[in-house]
Amino acid sequence: MPTTIPAVDVRGVSRTFGRRRAVDGVDVTLFPGECLALFGPNGAGKTTLMRVVAGLLRPTAGTVHVGGRSLRDDAAARSQVGLISHQSMLYRALTARENVEFAAKLYGVPDPQDAATRALEQMKILDRRETPVRALSRGLQQRVSIARAIVHQPHVVLLDEPYTGLDAAGGAALTEMLHILRSAGAALMLVTHNVEEGLAVASHAAVMIAGKIVRHDDCAAVDARGYADEYRTLVLS
Amino acid sequence: MTTVPHGASAPKRDPQALVAKPIFDWFFVVGVLAMVALYVRSLMFTPPDALQGVAQKIYYIHIPAWLASYTAVGITALTSIVYLWLHDERADRLSEASAEIGLVFLTGGLSTGMFWGRVIWGAWWVWWDMRLTLTLFLWFVVAAYLVLRGAIEDEAMRARYSAVLAILAALLIPFIHLSVYLFSAGMHPMPIVLQPGKAKLSPQMLVTFLFGFVAFELFCVALIRARYRYGVKRDMLAALEIAGDTR
Amino acid sequence: MSELRAPGTLRAAWLLARKDLTIEFRTRTAFFSAIVFAVLALCIFYFAWDESIVQPSALAPGVLWVVLTFSALLGLQRSFALEEHDRGIDALLVSPVSREAIYLGKAIGNLLFLSAVQVVTIPALAVFYNVPMGHEWLVVTGVVLLAMIGIVAVGTLFSAMAVNTRLAELLLPMLSLPFFVPVLMSAAQISARVLAGRPLAEAAGYMKILIGFDVVFIIACTLAFSFTLEE
Repeated sequence: MPTTIPAVDVRGVSRTFGRRRAVDGVDVTLFPGECLALFGPNGAGKTTLMRVVAGLLRPTAGTVHVGGRSLRDDAAARSQVGLISHQSMLYRALTARENVEFAAKLYGVPDPQDAATRALEQMKILDRRETPVRALSRGLQQRVSIARAIVHQPHVVLLDEPYTGLDAAGGAALTEMLHILRSAGAALMLVTHNVEEGLAVASHAAVMIAGKIVRHDDCAAVDARGYADEYRTLVLS
Repeated sequence: MTTVPHGASAPKRDPQALVAKPIFDWFFVVGVLAMVALYVRSLMFTPPDALQGVAQKIYYIHIPAWLASYTAVGITALTSIVYLWLHDERADRLSEASAEIGLVFLTGGLSTGMFWGRVIWGAWWVWWDMRLTLTLFLWFVVAAYLVLRGAIEDEAMRARYSAVLAILAALLIPFIHLSVYLFSAGMHPMPIVLQPGKAKLSPQMLVTFLFGFVAFELFCVALIRARYRYGVKRDMLAALEIAGDTR
Repeated sequence: MSELRAPGTLRAAWLLARKDLTIEFRTRTAFFSAIVFAVLALCIFYFAWDESIVQPSALAPGVLWVVLTFSALLGLQRSFALEEHDRGIDALLVSPVSREAIYLGKAIGNLLFLSAVQVVTIPALAVFYNVPMGHEWLVVTGVVLLAMIGIVAVGTLFSAMAVNTRLAELLLPMLSLPFFVPVLMSAAQISARVLAGRPLAEAAGYMKILIGFDVVFIIACTLAFSFTLEE
């Protein structure tokens, strides 16, 4: 059965930079339709873990599979993944539409114009589509960046601090879109230091400290509010 | 599966023994003694050349230095291939050590070549001399290699980038060789003060010459060894500092 | 959600090159400054020789190659700086496009950029140095193209490397120039001979070096490119 294949399967992943160990033996399994919110203080290794899962960094040890395949060696597997990171990954001289269309073409989306329009519409930034990204505010750039990441309707979306810089409307658009993606069967992995935002969309939650996952829970199992307090203390510790 | 972070494989094998190893050891002493012996023999116990006079004695340093530099640079190229293949930091450290020592010998070969050229050709520099020109460009490549290493903080990236550069440089050398060859073949030779011709070496000179090769190769390897050991210690020290920071 | 068919290597490379050229067309900074630099350099070099001793037209081939080299470095510098700015390169790397396609795309973009600069520079050279415009120029154009391919093949790779180092601006010329030596030496010798009205056959050896360099380094740099990416 296809649903038994985890969307994201991270096993014993470690990553060192020189002699510094940023990620230390992490296991994460995520099934289609699930959303894992990963919390942690600065320098906990959350971003490194995301980059390893996205295939941008080679794990020093352990394995990463997305949809049962290895992203680093399998181009087709990469086309199922969308990545939103700190940096916008946009070209400042191009317009919002051109950026998203370029991404759509890289993924071989059949109708790039149409797909780009839909993605920009979802992020409520369609009216600024002909504006060069350079001229957009940080928050609007973030919306374009999110549109760029989901234009090919990925099965797995990796989001590194996606709410950063977004205003209330942008945040609401993102939350709505994450729900749509989930109900379409996509698996989401969300890195954030904001516990409320994370828990609002997540089905699972985890806390990462000093390269290790120190807690991992099913959000539905326990009262979300009690959790939030506990998590906040962990993240602040 | 145990995790071996990049750059930490050497300290794992008994760090105490590695730290205790001196940078300069008996091998280095042998190398230095061989060099001293070469100087004494070539200056005091080898007759001067009939045509070139005393200037010819620079041969005993110049040509062995050249060969030693090519040995060192060759080691850099080979260990670079090994690094990209096995990702073993020891290969990278050996690349670094031999490139640095190679640059020293290239500089020695170039400067002695210039002195010799001044006497024999009447010019400090001639572009139509293949070896001189080729060595000059090799010098630039090795210098760029070392500058590149100095400009990258991340160890794994430094090792990968410099290995790529070294391998591309190995592909470049035949092209430079060919183009300098064509260039010098089409040149009018410059006025030559003395005709070096085919050197007629007396048995004594030949022995000094061969001894020069041995002495320089020994000295070169000794220096690379010392530089390699220095690299091991430096990296271990850095590892200890990082370990101290995180605790 | 259906499986997408990612574009093939050449198509992806062309997408990337077109993206780079669009950005170039929008900003025009690098293109404009490369042209101004090239024409300015042409003019300055004219006064670096005594006109009564050396014919300007005899200087022209040498000046052409010096100017081409440095205007190439200007364009190459920009190539990966553009990707680094907001980590656009990450978006390329997570996409299904292959590493080879990224390298080829950047290289094609650089080649077209450099060609566009030469379209202005070479006629300017012919005018300023009084080089008669004959059919030799067809050969010279071909040589320029072959040389640019070699320069861009190596330069694109080094641009990707230099951008990740502390000395980006200084390191690119330092890494690239030794590699340009066989290309420039051959191209300059061929064009000098051709412009002096000598037969091309005289420079056949140099031509072989030029073509051989292009072939070897396109292959080597395409393979080496994936090692220059963050891992």
